[in-house]
Amino acid sequence: MRFHYTVPGDDFSRAGNASSEMKKALQRLGIPHEIIKRTAVAMYEAEINMVVHAGGGEADIDIDHGCITIVMSDKGPGIANVELAMQDGYSTAPQLVRELGFGAGMGMSNIKRNTDEMNIETGEGRGTTITMKIRIPEDA
Amino acid sequence: MTISDVRAAIEAEDIKETWRDDVEINSACGADLMSDVMAFVKDQVLLLTGLINIQVIRTAVLMDIEAICFVRGKSPNQEMIDMARDNGIVLLKTRLPLFLACGKLYKAGVCQGGVRAID
Repeated sequence: MRFHYTVPGDDFSRAGNASSEMKKALQRLGIPHEIIKRTAVAMYEAEINMVVHAGGGEADIDIDHGCITIVMSDKGPGIANVELAMQDGYSTAPQLVRELGFGAGMGMSNIKRNTDEMNIETGEGRGTTITMKIRIPEDA
Repeated sequence: MTISDVRAAIEAEDIKETWRDDVEINSACGADLMSDVMAFVKDQVLLLTGLINIQVIRTAVLMDIEAICFVRGKSPNQEMIDMARDNGIVLLKTRLPLFLACGKLYKAGVCQGGVRAID
């Protein structure tokens, strides 16, 4: 089963709409509560990053073979140093975003903590694609 | 502790459109950074915050948080109230600062943080 969302990049107040819609869809599918929460948090953090740093992008979600795969792609400036970006507390977010409660430098590690697999394809000027996998246990 | 007891303990008033009295609060988290809320909160908590924007409500929705109290006399805007009501989230507001609101809640018996262990 596939889902697609376009994440607009011009309105921070709408950041998170796609994640909220995805959460509702997973609830309708009867996915276990804890899996839904992890998926929603990981996708929300990636969505916020996409709006703050990259002017929006596209989110594709595939649910198949006991696994939720989320691919978030943008055409933004890319991440110059992924290793740094993964460190708790490191952020390049502008002050305005911090005043709105984000940009604390927890986003990337939040994504990693809530996913079973996380892969980042990026480079300066190349945009960023984050692929996140969350497995649904067979006995869930 | 019932949400009614919480309301009394932290000298709060409820936002009427969002009120329901069947919410139980066993732990709480005081934070203005929503990424920290998502990083550390693991149980259903009362979120105490001085931050006013729609992302506070969205974070609560995604984290299954059922009650939020705005501190320092701040009031949520109508967009926040509407989203909270639609998602069954109770909104409170108090004139207390965050530190005192947390302190009074702790003294009233909500002594668990509801957060994961910090590495």
